[in-house]
Amino acid sequence: MDHERAHLEGVLGGRLTRRGMLRLLAAGLSVPTMSLLAACGEASVGDDGGGAAPTATTAGGATATRAPSGSTPAATPGGAGGAAPSGPIRIGVILPLSGVAASVGIDEKAALELAVKIVNEATPDVALPLAATAGLPNLGGAKVELIFADSQGKAEVGQSEAERLITQEKVVALFGCYQSAVTKTASAVAERAGIPFMNGESSSPALTESGYRWFFRTSPHDGDFSKAIMAFIRAMADEKGADVKTVSLLYEDTDFGVNSATALKAEAEAHGLQVVGEVKYKANTTSLTSEVQTLRSQGADVLAPASYTNDAILTIETAKQLGYLPKMIVAQDAGYSDPAFIEGVGAAFAEGIATRSAFSIDITEIKPVAAKVNELYKQATGKNMHDVPARGFTAMMVLLDAINRAGSTEPEAIRQALEATDLGPDDTIMPWKGVKFDEKHQNILGTGVIVQIRNGEYRTVYPFDVATVEPTFPLQPWDQRGS
Amino acid sequence: MDTTLLIQALVNGLLIGMVYALISVGLTLIFGLMEIVNFAHGEFLMLAMYAAFWGSVLLHLDPMVSLPLTVAGLGLLGLVTYRGIIAQILRAPMLAQIFATFGLGLFLRGLAQYLWSPNFRTVERPWLGQLSGGTVDLGGVFLGVPQIAAAVLAALAFAALSLFISRTRVGLALQAVAEDRATATLMGIDSNRMFALGWVIGGACVGLAGAVLACFYPITPTVGILFGLMSYIVVALGGFGSVPGALVAGLLVGLVQEASPIVFGVPTTYKYAVVFALYLVVVLIRPQGLFGRF
Repeated sequence: MDHERAHLEGVLGGRLTRRGMLRLLAAGLSVPTMSLLAACGEASVGDDGGGAAPTATTAGGATATRAPSGSTPAATPGGAGGAAPSGPIRIGVILPLSGVAASVGIDEKAALELAVKIVNEATPDVALPLAATAGLPNLGGAKVELIFADSQGKAEVGQSEAERLITQEKVVALFGCYQSAVTKTASAVAERAGIPFMNGESSSPALTESGYRWFFRTSPHDGDFSKAIMAFIRAMADEKGADVKTVSLLYEDTDFGVNSATALKAEAEAHGLQVVGEVKYKANTTSLTSEVQTLRSQGADVLAPASYTNDAILTIETAKQLGYLPKMIVAQDAGYSDPAFIEGVGAAFAEGIATRSAFSIDITEIKPVAAKVNELYKQATGKNMHDVPARGFTAMMVLLDAINRAGSTEPEAIRQALEATDLGPDDTIMPWKGVKFDEKHQNILGTGVIVQIRNGEYRTVYPFDVATVEPTFPLQPWDQRGS
Repeated sequence: MDTTLLIQALVNGLLIGMVYALISVGLTLIFGLMEIVNFAHGEFLMLAMYAAFWGSVLLHLDPMVSLPLTVAGLGLLGLVTYRGIIAQILRAPMLAQIFATFGLGLFLRGLAQYLWSPNFRTVERPWLGQLSGGTVDLGGVFLGVPQIAAAVLAALAFAALSLFISRTRVGLALQAVAEDRATATLMGIDSNRMFALGWVIGGACVGLAGAVLACFYPITPTVGILFGLMSYIVVALGGFGSVPGALVAGLLVGLVQEASPIVFGVPTTYKYAVVFALYLVVVLIRPQGLFGRF
C-alpha cells in the first residue's frame, strides 16, 4: 500500500518525508522571521521577499537620466584633483523602490531625476545654483547620471547595493537611503571605500554623531526635529492656552523610531512636558490594537508617534476603532508627512493631525523658487512635492554644487568641497537659512517646521512667525468628523 | 490588571484570529488535498484586497456589495492557477512545486507594483466603517464594525465549509481524495476535478478574507507578505490539511498576539516572537501540529 502510494506520487513524494520537509520549511521560515522580529534597532522596515527587486534594480540604469553620448568635456579645468571625467558623472542612489516604503522612494526618485535634469539642461527660470548652465561648468559642462539601486527597505540589501555601486558601477558618490537603518549600513560601506555619501532624508542623529569622514547630511536630524516638536507643544500651552502637560510616545522598532524616541524624551523634559508612557512596536505589523489600547490607558494629552506610512494609517484606523483620542497628535514626520497617509485615512480623519517637517507645500507661497521647482515636479509626477522628495532634491543639488566646485571627480576633492559648502537662504527650496556643515558633517543651518493637516493639505503652523494658518486645538472626536 | 483592558485584548485577539483563520483555511485545504503549499497565497489575498479597492473606485461598489464578485474572481484565479500551473507539476519533484508557487507569488507582487504603483490604497468610506461610526462601545470595550463583520463572515464560511465537506457527496469525495488518492480514483472519483475544486474553494475563502480586510487595512502590493507568513504559521500550528486546525490555530495566534502584551507584560515589539515561540513549542511536542494526523 505504502509502496504503491510512493510509486504513484513520485520518488520525492513519500507522504512522511514530504510533510516532514514542509514542516522543516515552515520552521525555517519562522526562525529567521522571529529573530528579525525580535531584533530591535537593527531590523529593517518591511521584511518583504523582494518581489519586484530585480526589475527595479536593473531598471535603475535604464531610467536614469542619460547624458548625450558626446558630452565628454573638451578641456580639463584647473580643478583641485584635475581628473577629468571621460563620460557622465555617475552617482549611485539607493532608495526603497520596492517594499513597504516604495511609495516614498519612488516619489523621491522623481525629485532626484528632476534635480539632475535642472543641472544637466540649461534651466534659467529656476533660480538655483547650477540651473542656468547645462551640465557642471567647472567640469567642462559634464553631465550627471544617476544609477538607481533598490534597497527594498532592507539594511543588508542597502549594504550590498552600496558595494555593487562602488565596485561595479564605479560611482563617484553615493546618495540615499531614506530609512535610517539602511543609510547606516550603506554609509559604512562608503566610509570604508572612501567615497562621499550624501544624505538628505534620514533623520537618525546617530548617522552624523558617529563622525564619519565621508558622510554628509543636509537635513536636520531627529534631535533638531524633536526640539521643534516639543517647542511647538510648549508654545501651544503657553501662548495658545492649550491645556497639555503629558506626552505618550509611539514608535517603530528600527533605527528611526528608536533614536527618535530617545531624542523626543530628552526634549520633552527640557520643555517641561512629562512623558507618561512609551510604546515600541514591531514595524509593519498586521495589527496595532494592543499598542493603541496601551496608549489609551496611558491617557496622555499628546501623542508623538514615529512611524512609516503603513503603520501611521493603521494607528489612526485603530484609534478610531478603539475610541482613542488624545488632545493633540504631533508626529515625527515619516509616514505622517506622506500624502498617502491623508489619502489612506481620509482628509476628514487626518484633519488637525500635526507633524514636523522640513518642507511643506505652502512654502511655495513665500518662496518663488520652490514654487517653480514644484511646478516642474508636478509636471513630471502629477502630484505636489512633499517633505522627503524636497529634502532629497535639496541634498542632490548640494552634492552637485560641491562636485562642480571641486572641479574634479576625485573623492577627496569632492569631500573637501562638501566641507567648504556655504549656501544661503536663497540657494535652496527649503525654508532654511542655508547649508553649512559642522565638523560632524551635519548641516547647521537647517530648521524644522510643524505642519498641520487642514482640509487634506499640509499647512505650516509653527514657528508662529512663518505660519500660514493658525493651529487648531484640540482634535475633534472621530465620530463628529465630516460625513 | 484592568479587567476591561483584558477583555478588550481578548476580543481583539479573537477578531484578528478569525481573519487569520479565514486566510489560512484555503491554504490548509489545498495542502490536505494534494500536499502542495501555495506560496502565492498571500498574493492571492493582496489581489482580493485590490479587487475590493478597484471595485469601490471604478464600479462604485462597496467591498461588501462587490464581495460575491471578489469571491468568485478569486475562485476563478484558483481554478486558473490549478489548470495552468499546478496540474503541470503535480508529479514534479517537491522543490519544483515549491518554486512554481513561490515564483507565482513574486510575479503577482511585481505585477501589482507595476500596474498599480506601490502607493498605499484604502477603500474610501466603506459601509462597515460608517455603520455606527465604525465602532461599537460595549461598556468600555470597543469593537470595530469591520472587524466584527470579518469575524462573523469567517465563522459563516467555516460553518458552510465544514457542512459542505462532511454532509455533501462532493465534500465526501474531496475527503476521500485527501485520504487516499489511489483508492478514491479506483472508486471512480476524478481526483483532478477534486483538486480543481479545492483550488476554487481555497481561492474563494481568501477572496472573502481580502474583501473584508480591505475595509480596515491599507492595501499595497506587499500586503500579502505579512498575512501570508501568518497563515503559514497558522497552518503549520493547526496541522497541515486540517480545516478545524486552521480555525483553532488562527484564534490561538490572534489571542496570543493581542493578549500577551497585556497579560504577561511582553513588550509589544515582541508579540510576534511570542507567537513563533508558541509555534516552536507546539511542533516540538506535537510535530504534526494541533490537529494534524500525520
